[in-house]
Amino acid sequence: MTVALLAVLLIPAVGAGVLALFPARLDRTARLVGTIFAAVTLIPIAVLPFGRDDGWSVLSAHPLAVLPWVDLDVAWVPALHLNFHLGVDGVSYPLVVLTGLLTVLCCAYTMWRVPTGGSGRTLVALLLVLEVGILGTFLALDLILFFLFFEVVLLPMYAVIAGWGGEDKRRAARKFVLYTLFGSVLLLLGVITVTAAAGTGDLVQLTGSTELSRGTQYAAFALFAIAFAVKAPLWPLHTWLPDAHTQAPTVGSVILAGVLLKMGTYGLIRIGVGVTPLGAEWAAPLLGILAAAAILAGALICLRQTELKRLIAYSSVGHMGFVLLGIATLSATGLQAALLGNVAHGLITGLLFFLAGTIKDRAHTGELAELGGLRETAPRLAGLLGFAAIASLGLPGLAGFWGEAFAVVAAVQRGGGLWLTLAVLAAIGGALTAAYFLRLLRKVTHGPAVAVAEPYAITRTEWLAWSPLVLLTLAVGVAPSLVLAATSFPVRALTEALR
Amino acid sequence: MRAQAVDHLSLLPLYAAAGAAVLVLLADLLIARRTATIATLAAGGLATVVCAIVTGDRAGTFCDPNGSACSWVPTPLAATAAVVFALLTVGVLALSTPSLRLGTAPVGEFCFLLAASMTGGVVVAYAGDLITLIVGLETLTLPLYLLVGLRRFAPGERVSTSGASASVTFFLISVISTAIALLGAALNYAATGALHFDRLIEGTGLTAPVATAGVALMVIGLAFKVAAVPLHAWAPPTYEGSPLPVAAYLSTASKLGGVLALAAIVTRLEAATLTAFLALLTMTVGNLVALRQTRMVRLLAWSSIAQAGYILAPLALGADGLEAAAAYTVFFVVLEFIAFGVVVALRPPGANGGDIASYRGAARRSPWLGAALVLSLAGLAGLPPGLAGLFAKVTIVDALIEGDQTWLAVVVAVNAVIALAYYVRVAALLYAGPPRIGIAVADPNLLESALNPRRPVTRAVAAALITATAAAVVLGFAPQILFDALS
Repeated sequence: MTVALLAVLLIPAVGAGVLALFPARLDRTARLVGTIFAAVTLIPIAVLPFGRDDGWSVLSAHPLAVLPWVDLDVAWVPALHLNFHLGVDGVSYPLVVLTGLLTVLCCAYTMWRVPTGGSGRTLVALLLVLEVGILGTFLALDLILFFLFFEVVLLPMYAVIAGWGGEDKRRAARKFVLYTLFGSVLLLLGVITVTAAAGTGDLVQLTGSTELSRGTQYAAFALFAIAFAVKAPLWPLHTWLPDAHTQAPTVGSVILAGVLLKMGTYGLIRIGVGVTPLGAEWAAPLLGILAAAAILAGALICLRQTELKRLIAYSSVGHMGFVLLGIATLSATGLQAALLGNVAHGLITGLLFFLAGTIKDRAHTGELAELGGLRETAPRLAGLLGFAAIASLGLPGLAGFWGEAFAVVAAVQRGGGLWLTLAVLAAIGGALTAAYFLRLLRKVTHGPAVAVAEPYAITRTEWLAWSPLVLLTLAVGVAPSLVLAATSFPVRALTEALR
Repeated sequence: MRAQAVDHLSLLPLYAAAGAAVLVLLADLLIARRTATIATLAAGGLATVVCAIVTGDRAGTFCDPNGSACSWVPTPLAATAAVVFALLTVGVLALSTPSLRLGTAPVGEFCFLLAASMTGGVVVAYAGDLITLIVGLETLTLPLYLLVGLRRFAPGERVSTSGASASVTFFLISVISTAIALLGAALNYAATGALHFDRLIEGTGLTAPVATAGVALMVIGLAFKVAAVPLHAWAPPTYEGSPLPVAAYLSTASKLGGVLALAAIVTRLEAATLTAFLALLTMTVGNLVALRQTRMVRLLAWSSIAQAGYILAPLALGADGLEAAAAYTVFFVVLEFIAFGVVVALRPPGANGGDIASYRGAARRSPWLGAALVLSLAGLAGLPPGLAGLFAKVTIVDALIEGDQTWLAVVVAVNAVIALAYYVRVAALLYAGPPRIGIAVADPNLLESALNPRRPVTRAVAAALITATAAAVVLGFAPQILFDALS
């Protein structure tokens, strides 16, 4: 089983290496090979759950909050307390699957359409490197290793935006990389603070342990919270996101919104809540207030947006607000809502960015005022956009609903004036979300048709790239237990560690 | 009076380095062929590496018969530093071969001076008392005054005095700094009577202020050598004016010597506040000024000033930070060498570093060189794929937080963000498309490649770059090798 764990990281890494050696004239073959590598990565990912065996360990004498199904622990740099410790459990597995899936879809999409700016081969190689970094972050069970993988994604994502982006790509890319590096240096400080105090960086040992003093936990959590809030991003640290999304090529936006942002929320659950529970408890009200503010601010800003991708980017701020609200409640319901919201947002926003990219590519503009009548020129595309928008605004029965509804429920359950107010505000934000998505649909799909240069028909590759997302959005909406099945135990252990 | 027992085995690295210098001189005199002279120095450098490894960790020699204090102390750190000095010398020699072949400098003199400088470096590494240290440091630096200005011009070539003025700047500043360090050592000796590192103690009683002043003067004098702010102003013009390989040597080997000398003082005597202050200023000013640079070598010079700040930060912890500082220095030296190596490979032989703008699109024309430069810049910024640099940053932040100097760790972290801004600017420029010019061009890429012909990379330069890049990759994946070597 550990072989599968290692293979999850090695296959895309080897793939990227192979692509780097491909001659430039075999660009199409190179992209195909990259897509195959991305697809093959799904095999070890699919194998991972078979290593699961928590039937007895749940009842064991040492209830560990992190109980990896598969575990690989090798000393790497003893001088820095760094172990190469990988593992997967119910909290990380859905995100691992999401990452693997979105990478394959993006690579396949690049087979069909290479954004202008550079060679498709390099873009696919960068996507594979990104996959290594993101998967490594989700799989790492060592604080310093987590930080290391967290950093791996920075420069490749910079390169994707700066190389294949829109007109203002350089500024957007620089803003992205400096902002997120600021987040990750704080993460470094937090990580080292914890490892220096505990003498180990092992998340299995650290989660739920009482070794860290209250002061250390407060300091470390403050650092973690800001670091992950930049990545997630949480209002008011979100300003890098709209620029990055607007300028990034379609596949870049999909990866960025689909999984890169999840590194922030995942880190907050696994490390913020897991390692420094006292700190989390101490800061929970503030996090909750910021989350509610993010939901409202995101929704209000979206109502004023005039550009398609920018609107979707800002909608991420609101959705991540719901996820953070769930985390801030520190209850089992809230954390599960957050995990579900993470996956749902990855699926839906991934789909939305694919659609927005297509619309923008064909109409050569993303201005809402200049789009319109998609219903007439491309009924299928309009239908898909409608589906994704409705899923995103949280219609019951689709993936977006559960995470947002239960974040509000968790806030209500938490009780007290503050949390009740936050729940009400979040619910109002949810209503506003509906308002701006309906406004989006009114502008883009309805209204007078605009003449377009290219036909709007959906190609086969596009169907291939989108249909898994559509199906999963439906599936998770109907049966959220697909994501939550394995989370109940680790989440319960996490919340019990708080008491 | 008993004669001191001398353990010749522990002196092996010094014999190898000094022997290399003498042999180079003889080879130049007797064989008088360029290749022979260069090969002699390369062999001598590699012999020094082997000798340093063989000697390893031993008891010191030139010891006081009455006590344990020794003047020549082979520690693991010393051996590692000697290996690095020798390898850098060979590497810089490899980078110089294209311009030596062109005849921009007399081969014999160049190689002898480089070997002499390496000998100084080895002495600094093993020094066990203040006098040996300063003699070693001077032996390291003295040949560099000449190397910086050593430039012959071809008959038709425009004669530039920039090398000479760089040399004079470097000479004046260096001499003054040595004088200050010597004065400090003398004051400290007068107050405490100690010269051996083992015996350095804080002053007591009436002479305490004299001893403290001595320590401060020593730190300040040696801070000149590592180009710590506010004693840094000589570095950018000197790097800019010197031949590229010599600039590479200045910013790696010479800086390593300065760090070792400074570490010898601050790990034994109380200078934490002064060192922390220097570190804070050095990294912040270095990074902020680097943001505005338009010349390649000046950018690297300012960035290496900032890097010196990161090295000084753990030294503010005293002995506890020594290993972290040494590890960071080695990581830095490897990455910096790659950066200079790529610049040498991309520029015509004998040319200076040029404007940053002239590197536009260089990585598209020479993908491997571009990849090496990106690796080194990412490493200097502390980001993957430059894992060596990432571990370097983690090491010092770890040392600072464990040593309860969290505020300095925060400064280091903030500086890492500032630094990324200019590293990423250069890295992005390497891949940028052809510039838009006023007139319409059918194929801008063709025009660009016609204006910037791809230069063949000579075998020696390629070998040096491949070795250094391999070292950076290996250190990135297995940094424990370095930590084991240092302890």
